[in-house]
Formats: sequence, C-alpha cells, structure tokens
Amino acid sequence: MEGMTSFSVVAEGLRKRYGDTWALDGLDLAVPEGMVYGLLGPNGAGKTTVVRILTTLVRADAGRATVAGFDVATQSAQVRHHIGLTGQQPTVDEILTGRENLEMWARLHHLGAAAARRRAGELLDRFGLTEAAGKRVRHYSGGMRRRLDLAIAFILAPRVLFLDEPTTGLDPRSRTEVWQSVRTLVADGGTVVMTTQYLSEADHLAHRIAVIDAGRVVADDTPERLKSQIGGDQIDLVVHEAGDLTEAAGVLLRVTGAEPAVDADTRRLIAPVRDRIAALTEVMRELSRLDIAVEDVALRRPTLDEVFLNLTKERTAA
Amino acid sequence: MTTLISPAMPRTRIERLRWTLADGWVIARSYLIHLVRNPTAILNLLFYPMVMVLLFGYVFGSAMNVSGGGDYREFLMPGMFGQTMAVGVMTTMIVVATQATRGVTDRYRSMPISQSGVVLGRSFADLVGSVLELAVLLGCGLVVGWSWHRGIGAALAAVGLLLLLRFSLIWVGIYVGLMLSPESASGAWIVLLPLTMLANTFVSPDLMPGWMGAIAEWNPLSATVAACRELFGNPGWGGGSWAAEHALTLAICWPVLITLIFLPLSARRYRRLDR
Ligand SMILES: Nc1ncnc2c1ncn2[C@@H]1O[C@H](COP(=O)(O)OP(=O)(O)OP(=O)(O)O)[C@@H](O)[C@H]1O
Ligand SMILES: [Mg+2]
Repeated sequence: MEGMTSFSVVAEGLRKRYGDTWALDGLDLAVPEGMVYGLLGPNGAGKTTVVRILTTLVRADAGRATVAGFDVATQSAQVRHHIGLTGQQPTVDEILTGRENLEMWARLHHLGAAAARRRAGELLDRFGLTEAAGKRVRHYSGGMRRRLDLAIAFILAPRVLFLDEPTTGLDPRSRTEVWQSVRTLVADGGTVVMTTQYLSEADHLAHRIAVIDAGRVVADDTPERLKSQIGGDQIDLVVHEAGDLTEAAGVLLRVTGAEPAVDADTRRLIAPVRDRIAALTEVMRELSRLDIAVEDVALRRPTLDEVFLNLTKERTAA
Repeated sequence: MTTLISPAMPRTRIERLRWTLADGWVIARSYLIHLVRNPTAILNLLFYPMVMVLLFGYVFGSAMNVSGGGDYREFLMPGMFGQTMAVGVMTTMIVVATQATRGVTDRYRSMPISQSGVVLGRSFADLVGSVLELAVLLGCGLVVGWSWHRGIGAALAAVGLLLLLRFSLIWVGIYVGLMLSPESASGAWIVLLPLTMLANTFVSPDLMPGWMGAIAEWNPLSATVAACRELFGNPGWGGGSWAAEHALTLAICWPVLITLIFLPLSARRYRRLDR
C-alpha cells in the first residue's frame, strides 16, 4: 500500500538561514496526494518559510523539494502551473468588488474575458460569495475576504494548494466557513497543505499533521495516532460533592489499577483506562453502590494540545 | 470536478509581447477603477496641480523674475510639468512597496505568468496615470495664460519628453520600492521634493549660488524642463552652460541612461526576492 501512494510534495533536508537563525534546519516532508496536510507549529517554527520554499518564492540553502513531481528550484515554471497560494498576507483589492477581484486575477492568469467572467461566477458561487459579489471588498467581513483570497488561489484549479494560516484572526463562524471551503477543494481531488497555529483546526481539517518546531518536523502522523502517542483513553469524572473525592479516587484506583489525577477545585478525577467500556461500567456501578453522585463522566482521548505541548516540551528539554 | 486547462506559457516573442500588453492593460484598468472610485485620489489629481499653479504662478510668481525676460507663468508651467513627472516616482514606489508587503507580489511570483509582464504592466498603469495628470496640468496652464508657440508637433514632442522622463523613473521607483517598507516609501518625499526644486523648475539656475546652480544645471529634470521650454517656445531656455545649450540631447540621454541603469537593477532586485 505504502509503495502505491504518490506524493504531491516531497521535501528532503530543507535548510534555510536568516542571519544567525536557521528558519529551517533539515526539514523532511512527504505529502500524499489528495489529502489535507497540516503543518502545525508555534510562532517562528518555520511554517511560512516551508510554504515559501515549496511555492518557489524563496530558495532553500540546502536540501531539495518537489511539488507535483517538479523540482521547486530547477523547474519553478512547471511548479507554478500546478499550485495555488494563499499567503499569510491578504491580496484582495479593497476598492474593487469581489467579482472584479476574481476577474482581474483570472485575466492575469490569461483566461479570456468570457472565460474569466464564467470562472469568477463559478468560484463566487462555490465560496458562498455570490450575494456579495457586487459589493466592494472594503465592506466584506474578515471571513469573506479570506474566502475571496482562497477563491483567487483556486482560479486554475491547482493540484496542490498552499494555505498559510488561512484562519488566523477570524472569528469562529468565519473559521468554520473557511474550513468548509477547504473541504470542498479536497473533495475535488486536490491536495491541500496548510499551516496553522490552532490545534483544533488541524484536528478538524487535516488528515495528517506534521508538527514543526525550530525548523524541523518533530512528529508526523494522523491526528488520531498523534493523540494516542502520548497515551490511550482516559476516564474523566466529575463528582457532585467535594467530600466524595477521596472515596471516588479509591474506586478509580481499584478498577483501573492506576492512581487518578485529582483536581479538588473542579472536583475532577482523571485516570488512564485500557478496557474502556468495561472499566467505565464497573466504575459507575461501584460509585452508585457507594451512593456517590456523579455530575459528569466521559471517556476521552488526550487533546492535541496535550500532544503538542508534550512534543515541543521534549525538544526544549533536549 | 472542474477541470481547467491553464493557458500555456507564451513561446514566441510576439505571444510574450501580447501577454505583457494584456497584463499591463488589466493592471492599468484596475488603477483607473481605483481612481474613479476614490474621491480623494480624484481631488488629488485635479486640485493639487491647480493649487500649485495658483501658488507658484500668483503667490510666489509675483516676486519672481525670469532671467532673460518673459512672463513667469509661461516660464513656470514646463517646470510644473517636469516636477509632476518626477514626483510621480512616489506613486510607483509606494505601490511597489505596498504590494510587496501585502502578499500581492508573492501571488504574482507564485503564478505561471510572465514576470516581466507584471512589471511592464505596472509601468503601463503609471504612464496612464501620468498622462491624466499631465492633461489636467496642461489645462490649468492654458487657463492661467500659458501656451505653446511653436506648433502642435513641437508641443507633442515636449509631452513625449516628459513621459520619457516619467518612464525612466518608473525603474528607479521599482528598485527603491522593493527595498523600502511602505512607510519609508511614503517618507521619500523629504528627499525627492528638494531634488525637484534643485533644478530649473521654478527658478533659473543662474540665480542660484554657484555650486547649487551647477547641480541644478545638470539635474536630469532640468534637461527635460529646458527642452520643454524650447519646444513649447516658452521663455527661460538656453543659457551659457553646455548643459543648457544641449538640453534637447540631454532630455533624451538622461532618461535613456537612467533606464539602462535601473531597469536591470530593478529586474535583478525582483529576481533576488527569493534570497
Ligand atoms: N525574511 C526573513 N528575514 C529574517 N528572518 C526571517 C525571515 N523570514 C523568517 N525569518 C525567521 O525565520 C524563523 C521562521 O520564520 P517563519 O516565518 O517561517 O515562522 P512561522 O512558523 O511561519 O511563524 P508564524 O507562526 O509567526 O507565522 C523565525 O525565527 C523568523 O524570525
Ligand atoms: Mg508564518
């Protein structure tokens, strides 16, 4: 199976130095075709630098990379034929209307006048901007601008679309709209490489995540497996009375065999479990036998936040 | 799924030229839309020249003498034309600097288009703007009593020289604009404005202190302005120095030289954005 996967992006040992800092310090990446690939990392991790190298805007000091099968350094013209880019900075023109923006960029992509008009109409429709098409972008919300920017990157239906922090600074509603648009793109068979600082965003959207820290990939896996890397499921219990905490902790210890973490303020107890449902049933039966009132109980995996902090912490310690 | 065949890259010289012109037109058109929709830009375009003509023609002009005699406003107008062309470099610089920070330049550079088309498009747009500015100024001049006296052909040649100067300065604007932030690009006024006055625009260089006069004589702007005065038949051209006697030649040579230096420099600067 692995051997049959074809990759939209392959990068090997990318290094890039700005002054004294190595923005990238031997970064490897392999993005299989047709998925949303998340590049997750804190500020200054090197996310934008990777995107700029892969979109031919910046040359790497060392290493090599191919996008859609073409070398970014020696075949940049071909690479540009197959990519779309929405960078961290907006490119929309505030004084033009949404439609005029799209038509202008379509013309600059050398579609004829009629084709440009048609394509602009399709994209406005697809990104939910038809109603606002005749309004000047100055009056658009942040989410609408970002979607228009995405639409511009999509004019030639690129095989690989690069999005650098597409939802930074957006409110939750606009963020969901942008996510929806990204999902549509992948449904069409394209590959999306997106950077984000939001773990929840990577979790929602990406099929696979590379965690980047200080210019290198420190983890590369599916969101699910990343989460299970730092441990399996946990039972998460909130009791009604603070006075029951000790007794409830005893129950958890007996059932799971592990000392639970207790937070007295929130009356919360957390313990790792292996046989999920059996353990949960047993805990609940014991608690009700002891007449301990339960406010909330859940089985959950660790959040990506925990994974992320863990991974980047390890590096700082090393 | 939508499949779009992206247009192939142009192969022949003719095709490339067509693309370049098409890009230029698209960019110039959006510039014109900006102008039409932005009331302050129109006010700037119309009123700034009028105010300057009134200010210099009547307020300062009443105290000005033209060496060799003649009406000051007749002397002034070619200077105003030339200064407007020179100050136009600000537009180029600010637009280029702004687009570089606002991701627009990145978008161009990540697209399968002819990059020289983008740059030529920019200069096309700037020239269109300059033609408009010049038209307004010529109108103002006619209102305050300026005119051309040596036929329409010579007058058009003068307009051509003015646009040639503006064209050459576009490359300076691109080169500098790619190095500056939009804020410092806007601040370039402070350097530029004195340079446009340290010339024969408002005062004849022979009325300046020796060293200043020498710089003013050789200022490329002076060459264009003196040549325009000659072609329009306005007072104040000619003079003792070599530079003043060969104004027409210099008005062609200076812009050509500036272009020869700054066009490759700005192209290199643009290519080196990937460092
Ligand atoms: N043009 C540049 N000149 C100097 N240093 C740079 C430049 N671009 C990036 N750097 C440095 O390289 C490192 C990585 O930057 P990069 O922009 O790739 O990070 P990022 O992960 O995109 O961060 P953010 O989340 O803030 O966007 C940082 O230390 C940054 O200061
Ligand atoms: Mg970034």
